[in-house]
Amino acid sequence: MAQPAIAVQDLRKSYDGNTALGGISFEVAEGEVFGLLGPNGAGKTTTVEILEGYRTRDAGDVTVLGFDPGEAPRAFRERIGVVLQQSELVSNLTVRELLRIFAGYYSQRRDVDEVLDLVGLADKKNARIKTLSGGQRRRVDLAVALVGDPDLVFLDEPTTGFDPAARRTAWDMIRSLRSLGKTILLTTHYLDEAQQLADRVAVIRSGAIVRLGTPEELIGAGGPVEIRFRRNGEPIVIETEEPTRALHELTSQALADGRELEQLEVRRPTLEDVYLELVQEEEGEG
Amino acid sequence: MRLVVHQLGAEQRMFWRSREAAIFIFIFPLLLYSLLSSVYSQDITVNGAKVASADFLLAGLFGYGAANTAFAGLAIILVGRRETGTLKRLRATPLPPATYIVAVILSTLVVFAIQAVALLVLGSALFGASMPANVLGFAGAIVLGVVCFAGMGIGAAALIRSADGASAVVNVVLLPMAFLSGSFGPRTDLPRFLKAVADVLPLTYFLDIVNGVYLHGESLFSDLRAVAIVAAWGVAGVVVALRRFSWMPNE
Repeated sequence: MAQPAIAVQDLRKSYDGNTALGGISFEVAEGEVFGLLGPNGAGKTTTVEILEGYRTRDAGDVTVLGFDPGEAPRAFRERIGVVLQQSELVSNLTVRELLRIFAGYYSQRRDVDEVLDLVGLADKKNARIKTLSGGQRRRVDLAVALVGDPDLVFLDEPTTGFDPAARRTAWDMIRSLRSLGKTILLTTHYLDEAQQLADRVAVIRSGAIVRLGTPEELIGAGGPVEIRFRRNGEPIVIETEEPTRALHELTSQALADGRELEQLEVRRPTLEDVYLELVQEEEGEG
Repeated sequence: MRLVVHQLGAEQRMFWRSREAAIFIFIFPLLLYSLLSSVYSQDITVNGAKVASADFLLAGLFGYGAANTAFAGLAIILVGRRETGTLKRLRATPLPPATYIVAVILSTLVVFAIQAVALLVLGSALFGASMPANVLGFAGAIVLGVVCFAGMGIGAAALIRSADGASAVVNVVLLPMAFLSGSFGPRTDLPRFLKAVADVLPLTYFLDIVNGVYLHGESLFSDLRAVAIVAAWGVAGVVVALRRFSWMPNE
């Protein structure tokens, strides 16, 4: 396999004696969409900012596109695109003017109009940024991150504050980035987002990675399957590691008794269940 | 070099597109000059020599304009860009930080040079003010003033924590400084302790330099002590900036 786009080994960072990252390790392959999932304050943004070259690390080996981001040389910055969690770009300019300014910083750049098409802002290219809606400004953010034709794109909570429709649109955009062959590091505290977009997910909690794998693996590693139904209106929940056997016993019995299992439902844990379990573990330890 | 030109173009576009910047930074000193010159029409005596008030105030407003544009304006713009994440964002692009800062200062210089010409045109057309006695020295003073006040502006931006307070903080510094230094009237009447304050302010010495080149046709470097003090303030601002300036917003 080719060299990974991102390799992190035992990364540590603390602020004023408080540990933000207690030694995390992961790799992101070229062309992969990797999700960092965790509650606020878990260390997602610290991790991303170290990889982007904004923050120094206390210890550990970090390689991004073959560079040490701690030195963040210009050749490195030519090849990354960054969407910050919070940013509010200069608003008196038009969308196109702003993109042309940013495009000018890169030696290898994409056509501005092409990028605007990609993020769905072609019809807004001559609009002043301050007249755009929040969702549209976020697309401007993404367009700015893409105009230098990066190999690696960092998306720090790209859909926070979006309504459901805007989120779907953003997801489609991120999928189209992936189809362009970009490597994407995505942070999010939305589980469905990680599940929808990421090839692999690292669940991060209190500066440590507590689960790492494909969304399917995480769910597979999750708790028992739930069987729900109602008897005389009373809800009944059975948790089982052996759903086939349990279901067979239940339905055979019901058939023998000539009863219907009302509102019968078999539910595998979602990523959300797995995630909530992890967060609750934390509270339990708290 | 290509990037400096590129960013200078971007800065100019952003500046003139922003109505607040264009009014408060560019128009305000012109307005202030017109008002003051309408109020004071008699000659002003400075160090025993009579100077036409239109000329005296023009020199004063050059000084105020330089500090307003390069110190106050630049500090407010930089704090705003830092707190909105614009600087952080720029930091992740291949644009070198030094190139960015040079372009920003050059853009400030362009704005103030246009303002200085506008002041001269306005002064001579409406109030009969003189043209600079030493044109080259006058141009040199504009560059010196912008560069030094920009150094202080960047230093101030490094010390100001929030965008909300930036405008208030810089004006609390700028306006008293302009009064004490004699931008709006002679400083000979100041009480002793205020005069002591005025004696350390950079604008005081910058006005001495402007007066020299504009009114008396002196060389830019005829008062080396004044040049050194103005430059020292600029260097002090840069030193503060190097130690404290952050490209990241305050969390």
